Amino acid sequence: MDKKLAISVHNVSKNFKLPHERYNSLKQSALHLFSKRSYSKFEALKDISFDVKDGEFFGIVGRNGSGKSTMLKILGGIYTPTKGKVVINGTLSPFIELGVGFNPELSGRDNVYLNGAILGLTRKQVDAKYDEIVAFSELEDFMDQHLKNYSSGMQVRLAFSIAIQAQSDILLIDEVLAVGDSNFQTKCYNVFRQMKRDKRTIVFVSHDMNAIKDFCDRAALIHDGVVAAMGTPDRIINKYNQLNVVEAEDSEVASELAYDTTTRWGTGDASILRCETLSGEDKRRIFQPEQPLTVRIEAQAKASLSKPILGLVIKNAEGIRIFTTNTKLQGTSVPNLTPDEKITLNCIIPPILGNGTYTIAPAVADTDGKVIYDWIEDAASFEIRGYDTSDGIIQPRHTITVKKGS
Amino acid sequence: MPTKSENQLKTGVEFKVSRNYWGLVRELAVADFKLKYQGSVFGYLWSLMKPLALFGILYLVFSVLAKFGSNIDHYPQYLLLGVVLWNYFAESTGNGMRAIVDKSDLIRKVYFPRIVIMLASSLSALITLALNLVVVVIFIALAGIAPGFITLAFLGLIAELFLLSLGISFFLGALYVRYRDFVYIWEVVLQLLFYASAVIFPLNMVPAQYHALLLLNPISQILQDSRDILVNPTQTITTSEVIHGPLMLVPYALPVLLAVFGFIYFERVASRFAEDV
Repeated sequence: MDKKLAISVHNVSKNFKLPHERYNSLKQSALHLFSKRSYSKFEALKDISFDVKDGEFFGIVGRNGSGKSTMLKILGGIYTPTKGKVVINGTLSPFIELGVGFNPELSGRDNVYLNGAILGLTRKQVDAKYDEIVAFSELEDFMDQHLKNYSSGMQVRLAFSIAIQAQSDILLIDEVLAVGDSNFQTKCYNVFRQMKRDKRTIVFVSHDMNAIKDFCDRAALIHDGVVAAMGTPDRIINKYNQLNVVEAEDSEVASELAYDTTTRWGTGDASILRCETLSGEDKRRIFQPEQPLTVRIEAQAKASLSKPILGLVIKNAEGIRIFTTNTKLQGTSVPNLTPDEKITLNCIIPPILGNGTYTIAPAVADTDGKVIYDWIEDAASFEIRGYDTSDGIIQPRHTITVKKGS
Repeated sequence: MPTKSENQLKTGVEFKVSRNYWGLVRELAVADFKLKYQGSVFGYLWSLMKPLALFGILYLVFSVLAKFGSNIDHYPQYLLLGVVLWNYFAESTGNGMRAIVDKSDLIRKVYFPRIVIMLASSLSALITLALNLVVVVIFIALAGIAPGFITLAFLGLIAELFLLSLGISFFLGALYVRYRDFVYIWEVVLQLLFYASAVIFPLNMVPAQYHALLLLNPISQILQDSRDILVNPTQTITTSEVIHGPLMLVPYALPVLLAVFGFIYFERVASRFAEDV
């Protein structure tokens, strides 16, 4: 006989309707009452089934946008599945995100009670655990201060300290290990080990393969909304890494330059032959944190060109120009080119860009920058993946120090 | 693997162990109430000082300057009670409308029955009402009006007003998620209700043939019944004096119906809040 099931997921699908335009007012709705509302359907999860046994530490891994967070939200009851059913056997505590419901205008103390109630603790339980929570967070001197005066690290510490007091049978945890300083992280890991020893049922979503390996009894890999693999953490981590390599190769094939007039223009006196990203001399599309990347642009003159300018624009996924550079701005001299002569530009960018996908637009222009010989939008794209210690458009190396007092 | 033999599989998430959410209602209501006076020097005292100041103004205007309610004894008390109850109604429904959207952060990240938010928002307004009523009761006592056994019926009227506000909040809170227009719509409706509810004018100023119509409105009925019980037993025109027969039940039944249908509507759309909000 199998052990009792804590969670069973039966053929769950989840679709999101993404309206092309969102009507937030009656007027807009009224105006579009008779025109068919257009939306695109996005299938986040497709017919997913799995079980989590009682007392199991179950990991879910997958790339961004694979559907793993949607899965977790369905387990937590936040989303209703479009099809299928989930049965949760036991009380469930979601710290899908830490510090949910924290209010900056309330004191640390009030927030402990409020957040505790959200996690399912009664006032009595919080009373009993209060000192323990405060001690764990190491914020004894700050509890009467408003939360808005806390640094983000302090807030996370408090949030985590409350979250681990949740009395429920099943815990849903989304990416919380990478918080706080290394000292606090060690404490967090110890708590997870204790939970594992206590045989609590935990569903754990993470990008951190080491954590998956350390804690999980079993794991599932979700890819494109389906369970791509399920089994021992080692096997899943392997599959996950394979997946990333395959994707990287896929995109290399796609690096041929498109000749589409809407994204390419210029007089044609020069032609960009290649635009690619490299790590050292290896062609790459996906970069790890701390890895400098080289943008290489190869162009060919179609006429005699006098000291042309070569340059590039890097944009992020939202189309925001992250930066623009060219040989003239940098004061790099470019020789005169005769017809059919080739030239190669290497631009080395230090590791400063944050997680995300970026596109490159290479360009060749005349010596004053007034006549564009060739310009290609989105000629190549690359990805930075793996930062988990900060967030934002840029992620420069930085340090944070905190001290008590002002 | 899950067994496919269970034919009765229904779409959704089923929790086999339920949790008690009253603690969460209380914490949210208390937090709401605390936030209301955040950053003010006098804090909760404002809940007492506001009706106090209001009484001062009403006393000045109606007992000293105008002869507006001169045919009603204790008109300032009569008025204060009405205004305080009305303010509760306006605050409770206004907050109720914004409750879900204001708590969108919570809704997108944690599951709990969404009705918890509506109850907390209503209770928070009820705390303010309770503090306001302390002041009202003091002024009524100072006017030498002795409480009787019937005073207890006032609690029933508060319950009725609570149910009415909650019922309306269910509709408004759910609709506001999709249509932000309701801020403006409700503002106008409140203005209309204010004048249709005999909050500031004594009912005998209105031609008698309209009394029945006005008193079908549950807010008028609650206000007049409260005044009848607490302030002026002989001079207040109440629903039961004007309307007879089964029609008399309308204002009493309306809050219950609104609460029931409001709840049903709210529960029907609540599962989509996390995606829509």
